[in-house]
Amino acid sequence: MKHLLSAADLDRTSAIEVLDTAARMAATQGREIKKLPTLRGRTVVNLFFEDSTRTRISFETAAKRLSADVINFSAKGSSVSKGESLKDTALTLQAMGADAVVIRHQASGAPHRLAHAGWVGSSVVNAGDGTHQHPTQALLDAFTVRRHLVGTADEPDGVGKDLTGLRVAIVGDVLHSRVARSNVQLLHTLGARVTLVAPPTLVPVGVEAWPCDVSYHLDDVITDQQPDAIMMLRVQRERMGADGTGGTSFFPSPLEYTRTFGLDARRMALLPEHAVVMHPGPMNRGLEISADAADSPRAVIVEQVANGVAVRMAVLYLLLAKEREAVA
Amino acid sequence: MSSGTVLPSDDPRGSASPPATGSEVLGAPEISRALTRIAHEVLERNKGAADVVLLGIPTRGLPLAHRLAERLVAVEDGLDPDRLVGSLDVTMYRDDLHRHPTRTIGETELPPGRPAGIDDAVVVLVDDVLYSGRTIRAALDALNDLGRPRAVQLAVLVDRGHRELPIRADYVGKNLPTSVAERVRVHLVEVDGVDQVRIEHGDGGDSRAEVAR
Amino acid sequence: MTGTEHLLRGVAPLGGDPTDLLLADGRVAAIGPDAAARARTDARVLDAAGLVALPGLVDLHTHLREPGREDAETVRSGTRAAALGGFTAVHAMANTTPVADTAGVVEQVWRLGRDAGWVDVHPVGAVSVGLEGRRLAELGAMAHSAARVRVFSDDGHCVDDPVLMRRALEYVKAFDGVVAQHAQEPRLTAGAQMHEGVVSAEVGLAGWPAVAEEAIIARDVLLAGHVGARLHVCHVSTAGSVEIVRWAKARGIDVTAEVTPHHLLLTDELARSYDPLYKVNPPLRTAEDVEALRAGLADGTIDIVATDHAPHTREDKDCEWAAAAFGMTGLETALGIVASVMVDTGRMDWAGVARVLSSTPARIGRVDAAHGRPIAVGEPANLTLVDPAARWTVVPEAMASASRNTPYGGRELVGAVRATFLRGRPTVLDGVAVEPGEHA
Repeated sequence: MKHLLSAADLDRTSAIEVLDTAARMAATQGREIKKLPTLRGRTVVNLFFEDSTRTRISFETAAKRLSADVINFSAKGSSVSKGESLKDTALTLQAMGADAVVIRHQASGAPHRLAHAGWVGSSVVNAGDGTHQHPTQALLDAFTVRRHLVGTADEPDGVGKDLTGLRVAIVGDVLHSRVARSNVQLLHTLGARVTLVAPPTLVPVGVEAWPCDVSYHLDDVITDQQPDAIMMLRVQRERMGADGTGGTSFFPSPLEYTRTFGLDARRMALLPEHAVVMHPGPMNRGLEISADAADSPRAVIVEQVANGVAVRMAVLYLLLAKEREAVA
Repeated sequence: MSSGTVLPSDDPRGSASPPATGSEVLGAPEISRALTRIAHEVLERNKGAADVVLLGIPTRGLPLAHRLAERLVAVEDGLDPDRLVGSLDVTMYRDDLHRHPTRTIGETELPPGRPAGIDDAVVVLVDDVLYSGRTIRAALDALNDLGRPRAVQLAVLVDRGHRELPIRADYVGKNLPTSVAERVRVHLVEVDGVDQVRIEHGDGGDSRAEVAR
Repeated sequence: MTGTEHLLRGVAPLGGDPTDLLLADGRVAAIGPDAAARARTDARVLDAAGLVALPGLVDLHTHLREPGREDAETVRSGTRAAALGGFTAVHAMANTTPVADTAGVVEQVWRLGRDAGWVDVHPVGAVSVGLEGRRLAELGAMAHSAARVRVFSDDGHCVDDPVLMRRALEYVKAFDGVVAQHAQEPRLTAGAQMHEGVVSAEVGLAGWPAVAEEAIIARDVLLAGHVGARLHVCHVSTAGSVEIVRWAKARGIDVTAEVTPHHLLLTDELARSYDPLYKVNPPLRTAEDVEALRAGLADGTIDIVATDHAPHTREDKDCEWAAAAFGMTGLETALGIVASVMVDTGRMDWAGVARVLSSTPARIGRVDAAHGRPIAVGEPANLTLVDPAARWTVVPEAMASASRNTPYGGRELVGAVRATFLRGRPTVLDGVAVEPGEHA
């Protein structure tokens, strides 16, 4: 494996291998000494064209726990409109000798270009591109689901297992969500059944080709399907009203959204006892998720963050700790 | 991932097909006798086994550690098997990761009966073959991150020579002089379905996988 | 007009029976057995056996980028590429810098074309001042300038204001002009990057829905019918658009439509590569759309093929998809693609190719006094010779255009331009450009 660009790059076997490796990594993170010498001498560049402190810190922590050298390259604002192009930035990184580039970019496909345009020879990890993919988020979500719903007393992380038979509801702004796209693919690959729940305005045209069901009614999905996990997506503020550029809102009002698609105490009570509540963060409390739901014992939102480090350690390990390829 | 291939997991130690070539140097009875002898040496040297922790190095060091523990428990009264055996994966401490396909990471698990870990214990590292010494160097580093044992000792089923580091074994089942071109294959019932140690005449190119042992 | 006479031996006009053609004094001087007899002794004899003669190709939709973006293309480099593609006339779109919205700019482009000498350059005039869609440009002044503009278009932008569109359609009737509409409802396509459908949903690029094109075409054909004006629809790209044009023609509305070579060949699946070479406006559509376009071209619903040749510099394409410019080059590959997807598949004969790439575009652009003429004695010697059997592979680096943004690199095409004659003078011989002045 050279790059991780999309959840679609992972088949069942390789997805399970990443999750199992992450379980081993997570086990080391309970120790007093968390740092491993595994990637000593390797250089990981965090190339962030878009603000995301939490994702950057998660990748940075993962790389440092594996003893890699980390260079943070915040390129926000220096992308297309002014200053350096992605290509020139890439050539700079190549000159610095980056072994892996972790890229977050507002343009869908930018990591794909970085990996395949011939600009760099490094491994490329997609840390979120536009409205396309965020594969490590999907991996950490799958890791969290597996640990809670598949793990046993003997094997708490569910090592070696997939998610066959589990039902997962993903609720909210699917249209603009790379988290939803990645999760639909990965959860399906791992055998889970996914239902997307959103107002029709926030479901993309072409969704019929995705391996999932689509519903416009959250209460029906909760009652009829009794999902084992429910994942609430962040609703971007700018989607709610006129966006100032003549755009039109995707739903009438925040209040109506919350009433129809928000996870609150009443809906929590309708979920099965074992169901876990997830959110990729940052949350809009009171909009897509109420404080009751976010702070309930069934919410695994903080744990998702911790699992993010283990999953990213696993991805960096699998990308970088291997035979160096002959330079062509 | 996007290379289109499934992640490789061809750990050379994980291949489990009994060999058809080469010659057997140890059979099941010899292996059993060697382990029994090592168990007695451990007890003798440490004046019992009260503080001893056997840490097997996956893949084949782990079943060997379990077999040694059985023998210790059988000989020495009052030993708690739950405090005796653990596993120590050294993959993430290797200095030769870039020379191999991606290695699957094994499990590190301290004995469940020892919540305090390995501090002040006598750790006996258990592995199947001692070769370059690099695995043991990685194990010492891994151990370092887990705690501070009072002493660390090394037990191996086979010592085939060709050390690249100043490391020696405290307990050796069999010294086996070999050439670098040869491979030593240890097969255990728990992993491979059969107990035997064989020497194969490698073609040199493949023997790189053995260098790190 | 005097110069070298050319005797083309064994050539097949429109793919018919082989014969001899004598080109003299800028005209077709003789056809058939007596052509050789009537040739001067110093006439150049060309063995054209196996070649098909077509009237010189006419492109109704070319971006030559000059003035303003001479780093991407100039009138000289673009028209040389056109000649190599078999063209003898091109219509240069108005979205230059400054915009071709005055008599001054269109005359400048026209003169640059004349001075370059590769093809006849007919400037397209902007419909609205600065392509801004607010008020009419000086359509009459452009029509009556030396450039004699007959085609008006805000191409790159849609004339989305229905009142402005109505006025433009009406106004150009006075000088037999036509409005060529870039049909794209702007509010439905804000930020759009590719065809909206299964692929866009997966790759996360903002969708350009088919309805944004079809809604404008539907409105425009109704407007054209209402005011009795001539409408031309640029780069039709969807099956639905073909249906609307078919319906409008059945109603007797005076509408013509064009399709580009790339919409006849490529699909939105290519966007999965995120390679901006495949980013174009209107976007590449689905395989079903491609099939509907081919069928529409074959049955005459779509009148012509136009290249929408849109050269861009390296830096405008060697970047992430969203940052890249829309458009692809097309002059040098147009004939090969039409031959490959229409002739080689048996859907169209060479007379059909002459219709969609020469006579009909010439008539729509009102340049049919000189171009798109029958191959007959006395007609202007604007001719293209095609080797219908030649297989060739597109090499971007070998293109004559100043830009390299062809999406066909490495693709094999059937049918190659071997020679082009502009008023009897060869601009291309043996597939190689003949610099003006090389031959008297």
